[in-house]
Amino acid sequence: MALLQISEPGGAPDPHQRRIAVGIDLGTTHSLVAAVRNGVAECLSDSGGRVILPSAVRYLAQGSRHIGHDALAAAAIDPRNTIVSVKRFMGRGLADIEQREKLPYEFVESSGMVQLKTVQGVKSPVEVSAEILATLRYRAEDTFAEDLFGAVITVPAYFDDAQRQATKDAAQLAGLNVLRLINEPTSAAIAYGLENGSEGLYAVYDLGGGTFDISLLKLSKGIFEVVATGGDSALGGDDFDRELADWALAQSQMRAETAEDKRAILVAARAAKEKLSVEDHATLACPLNAGELSVRVSRQQLEDITQTLIDRTMGSLRKVLRDAKVSKEDVQGIVMVGGSTRMPKVQAVVGQFFGKPALTDLNPDEVVALGAALQANALAGNAGADEMLLLDVIPLSLGLETMGGLVERIIPRNSTLPTARAQDFTTFKDGQTAMAIHVLQGERELVSDCRSLARFELRGIPPMVAGAARIRVSFQVDADGLLSVRAREEASGVEAAITVKPSYGLSDDDVARMLTESFGTAEGDMRERSLREARVEAERMLLATRAALQADADLLSSAEQASIQTLLTELETVRTSQDHHQIDAAVEALAKGTEAFAAERMNRGIRRALSGRRVEEV
Amino acid sequence: MKLDSDDFELFGVPRRFAQERGVLDARWHELQTQVHPDRFVKEGAAAQRVAMQWAVRVNEAYQRLKNPLKRAAYLCELNGAAVNAESNTAMPGAFLMQQMEWREALDEADAVVSVETLAQEVATQRQQVLARLEALLDERHDYAAAVQQVRGLMFIERFDDDIDRRLEALGQ
Repeated sequence: MALLQISEPGGAPDPHQRRIAVGIDLGTTHSLVAAVRNGVAECLSDSGGRVILPSAVRYLAQGSRHIGHDALAAAAIDPRNTIVSVKRFMGRGLADIEQREKLPYEFVESSGMVQLKTVQGVKSPVEVSAEILATLRYRAEDTFAEDLFGAVITVPAYFDDAQRQATKDAAQLAGLNVLRLINEPTSAAIAYGLENGSEGLYAVYDLGGGTFDISLLKLSKGIFEVVATGGDSALGGDDFDRELADWALAQSQMRAETAEDKRAILVAARAAKEKLSVEDHATLACPLNAGELSVRVSRQQLEDITQTLIDRTMGSLRKVLRDAKVSKEDVQGIVMVGGSTRMPKVQAVVGQFFGKPALTDLNPDEVVALGAALQANALAGNAGADEMLLLDVIPLSLGLETMGGLVERIIPRNSTLPTARAQDFTTFKDGQTAMAIHVLQGERELVSDCRSLARFELRGIPPMVAGAARIRVSFQVDADGLLSVRAREEASGVEAAITVKPSYGLSDDDVARMLTESFGTAEGDMRERSLREARVEAERMLLATRAALQADADLLSSAEQASIQTLLTELETVRTSQDHHQIDAAVEALAKGTEAFAAERMNRGIRRALSGRRVEEV
Repeated sequence: MKLDSDDFELFGVPRRFAQERGVLDARWHELQTQVHPDRFVKEGAAAQRVAMQWAVRVNEAYQRLKNPLKRAAYLCELNGAAVNAESNTAMPGAFLMQQMEWREALDEADAVVSVETLAQEVATQRQQVLARLEALLDERHDYAAAVQQVRGLMFIERFDDDIDRRLEALGQ
């Protein structure tokens, strides 16, 4: 007798249609992975039942690696080869890293991103982060005993494009399909809002290990609208540790001489800081090269030492309120995220500013990963996913270099995604036939103060007198925050375009090299994976196209219908092939052949939806 | 409904200056719920591209409708009175005098409280200009006169940005 099938609530009855998608919080201090199971988001644990994975990677001399708890435990005895807080180096050059002399690493300057010398050779922050991501990926695959469809990875809202690209590269290296990067405070708001059914204007104050973010969100009926966001991508708990460590060294008139000293004092400072969140006094103690360090510190002293850091967060907070043109009285609730918000002083200052206590009833460590899991579930198109919609913004303005090294802002920060804007420029010299387009990110007026994202050239402008040419430069940022820029001379129609991949991004060759080097991924595994992915995609395209034909075949002439049928049959024939290139080609052909049809269907759907709404209201 | 419908048609609101922010916000959410690319993750790349065009268009319209300065300029342009902000900066003498006074006051203000007093004064002035714009656009339909007010409002908003920058510099 056949057993009756019961599907999980919120899950699709057909197991092939339910896709496993996870949310990953790749944090400075620790990382987590979460997924929606049985309709509820939850953090996944390792075989020891622990959900938190310390963001620490230790490279051992024999060529193996420790990731997580084991690595962290070795931070003080093997500081050079144990990389912690690697997130602070993502997408950063050597010069970007403040007070690097206080860190125990051997930094290597390279074009673009800084690198670290370890016993296993020079490692890029991207590779180190990929180790952490891969560990979480294996954890999720073990939990579900299935391949992942994709992941949403969280980043600080204030991360710039280079930092975001580095995160994406790390995910690719770890074999993850990135559905989207979403901002940590937004993610926290999703988890908090869905959990509590909250409506209204909320502030998320997110002070993590290495970054500070402040975001204002409007929550209404499953729509999460980011109103404004700001922060400091180099301010977090690590800085509190460093201030406290410096103070302790000064008090005891000692110095951190060796790499071991530098790590030991930071570890001791962090332990003392954490203790002071629950007690009035603590002793900061650790062995140093020159002798034993032991300094008694009170909570009041810690608060005095770190006052300027907390003041900096409050400055960002006021700026975001001004950007959003709202007053602090308009804010309904303040959600606290990140381990550093456990400090009583932080809670007190934020509570005092808003005149109401901050919300601390959720686990500040887990909430970001949970929100990411909910968004991942929505982006995988799983059932129940259309209950939420995220309207996010770009955190930093985008612009172009103009005469005199000045930046002309094209898309202002806090614009809702997706967004597009065009601006006209002209030539500077008589007979000028080329124009350099330099794309920048940042709020400052001088090119030298902003971050360079890309350069390209528009060539073949017909010679004209200065100021006669009209060159329209269009910026477009899609829902993923990916920027593309197009320049077009309007009279002649010459065009140039670029999809911005910041100079810090890895080339495909780099990725392939790192894959073989650090992950030892055999070529066979890669082929196997590509084949599986190609088959899944073929299945998806077949289903979607047949469904589309069933619904809207009347939009097509019989000739058009016949040509789509041919493409369907071709894909059907090759879908079980062993050669993924063959399957990919057939999928691509079908996608191309149905493009116009898809566009027509969308327009019909939207017209129907909009006019339907209008009629209801009359 | 087409991609090139004007902003007012797209949002289904009357073509006038006076608008209720709550209505615009609600319409924006309704429209994005229908057109946002995240709603079409199961469809192919072509559907995604069309969805993005619509979502961009809806966001553009919302930005213009919710901002009084942009909305006023847009109404003038729809009615054949271009603002030409770049080429036409001529303003009445009294207005320019006041701008200069404000600038001097901002340069001299070295305390948060004096900057905030100035900000208050600018906000009051802004409200007056908005009231004049509403009368010109919605009652008298005098778009040429409205253009003049729009230019004045541009000066005021730029000055407002400078006030913000100053407050930031003062650590606020």
